[in-house]
Amino acid sequence: MQNTTVNNYWKTNLKYLGILLSIWFLVSFGFGILFVDFMNQFQIGGFKLGFWFAQQGSIYVFVLLIFIYVFLMNRLDDKTLE
Amino acid sequence: MEQQLWIWIMVGVTFTLYIGIAIWSRASSTKEFYVAGEGVSPIANGMATAADWMSAASFISMAGIISFTGYDGSVYLMGWTGGYVLLALLLAPYLRKFGQFTVPDFIGDRYYSNTARAVAVFCALIVSFTYIAGQMRGVGLVFSRYLSVDINTGVFIGMGIVLFYAVLGGMKGITYTQVAQYCVLIFAFLVPAIFISIIMTGIAIPQIGMGSEGADGMYLLEKLDGLHRELGFHQYTSGSKSTLDVFLITAALMMGTAGLPHVIVRFFTVKKVRDARKSAGWALLFIAILYTTAPAIAVFARTNLIQTVSNKPYETLPDWFSNWETTGLLTYTDKNQDGIVQYVADPEINELVIDKDIIVMANPEIANLPNWVIGLMAAGALAAALSTAAGLLLVISSSVSHDLLKKIIYPEITEKGELIAARVAAVFAVILAGYFGINPPDFVAATVALAFGLAAASFFPAIVMGIFSKRMNKEGVISGMVVGISLMLFYMMKFKLGFFGGGTSEDWWFGVSPEGFGTLAMFANILVALIISSQTAAPPKEVQLMVDEIRKP
Repeated sequence: MQNTTVNNYWKTNLKYLGILLSIWFLVSFGFGILFVDFMNQFQIGGFKLGFWFAQQGSIYVFVLLIFIYVFLMNRLDDKTLE
Repeated sequence: MEQQLWIWIMVGVTFTLYIGIAIWSRASSTKEFYVAGEGVSPIANGMATAADWMSAASFISMAGIISFTGYDGSVYLMGWTGGYVLLALLLAPYLRKFGQFTVPDFIGDRYYSNTARAVAVFCALIVSFTYIAGQMRGVGLVFSRYLSVDINTGVFIGMGIVLFYAVLGGMKGITYTQVAQYCVLIFAFLVPAIFISIIMTGIAIPQIGMGSEGADGMYLLEKLDGLHRELGFHQYTSGSKSTLDVFLITAALMMGTAGLPHVIVRFFTVKKVRDARKSAGWALLFIAILYTTAPAIAVFARTNLIQTVSNKPYETLPDWFSNWETTGLLTYTDKNQDGIVQYVADPEINELVIDKDIIVMANPEIANLPNWVIGLMAAGALAAALSTAAGLLLVISSSVSHDLLKKIIYPEITEKGELIAARVAAVFAVILAGYFGINPPDFVAATVALAFGLAAASFFPAIVMGIFSKRMNKEGVISGMVVGISLMLFYMMKFKLGFFGGGTSEDWWFGVSPEGFGTLAMFANILVALIISSQTAAPPKEVQLMVDEIRKP
């Protein structure tokens, strides 16, 4: 494999990591902890939004993030190995 | 049918199943013993990881902790799930690509040093032993509470079972028993939760029921906040801990999860790198089923409990109340002699003390569920404790037979010899764990939660830097790990065990609790590693090539 291909592969990987980990940080440490009081002003059903993110929402987003990463990386692997 | 009989049937059937699987999946090579021959499918590995991960504490205690602490309990929910994102994105695929047997393998090879390997073995043993002793104790407790046998007898039975399938089957046996154990434990957890959700809100999905209206048309969470205010507790949906502490505890649990050797090693068992990523996703999905149900159970149980007992005459309380009083998990002392239960925040007036474990264990009785559900709960709790104990056991035995014996002390050992050594080490580890389960030293209860801090302060940064920095060298990483784990051990001993002059929460550094200190110790680890490595020689060419290799698709 060429050096540039490998470099691009790694750079794209790092870009995905940056984006996905920002979301990871935002939904848990952001919505669930740092801005929880602000988020709690809003309500969905019987949940205050900040509380929902801390006990439910962040976990759903975590699961999604991993499967999105699996999808992105499988696509990138296929493209790079072509 | 009799409740006791149901419990014996459920426990007996599941134990027979585990033993059957163990006989079917005996390990015949070190590769099968350490990494199940690298032939596990991603979904099976996801289930096994989930069972491995969810311990007796997750099954029995977590919903109860959340029930009594409300929002503050979120640290466990986010911390113990968010770590899997780190694991899937930053560690698992690269470690699988590296393709060896253990975590110290990676550290030893990446940092071209047996000193680094030995430090990693030391950290793995400390982390695993603090954790496994709690599991054996958990097995004993479940036996004693459900089957009214002596705790020690319970520990012996648990030791026997784990010994049988871990020693015989190694990772292969453990993996397939864990798949079965996951199915048992999740079924046992969900059945009562769904029933209670229907009873309280008319909705069959607990995750939605939790945010719905009760029979009186009021949102459950609103009602619960109201009840808490009345009785003087802090509001259920807002916290009592400082934001900084919540932040640091969550971070320590996340990075600790990603750094626990018995979890990482599971990703060595799949066929290829793609499968490592995918199985991390499955693992988190399977874990999330329990972790999103637990806070719902917490809300149902809390509301139900307060409504059933608060300001009610003692004489009119339901049967389950007196059943659990005899176990000592509920204690009622009528301080003002009025025959009515005062359950309030003020310890001077409060007359009712409730153990957190009761929330999950008494659930079926509170909801009037049939006796077979109670039998199922017992089997589920045992599955949770046994599966985690087995996973830890394997880390301990491979640390000794593979990392210490084969890689450092006696490299000429044959494969057959190493396999025997692995089994002997497993036997000793079970005996030691059983000993701690029977004679729990005070520090066990205090340190199980801190195993995460230790893993966060040692492994997590060492592995991540090994993958994402080519410049990181052995000098840097060894001093980083030593500083990280020593700081964490020091803080833990000082504030949890009273060594080095002890201290109370008043004396915490920057107001950070020992549970959250792992995050600070991790930053200290990284900082030291970066400074030292920048002052010493870069790693040799072949190590840099190795890093290139694990980054390739």
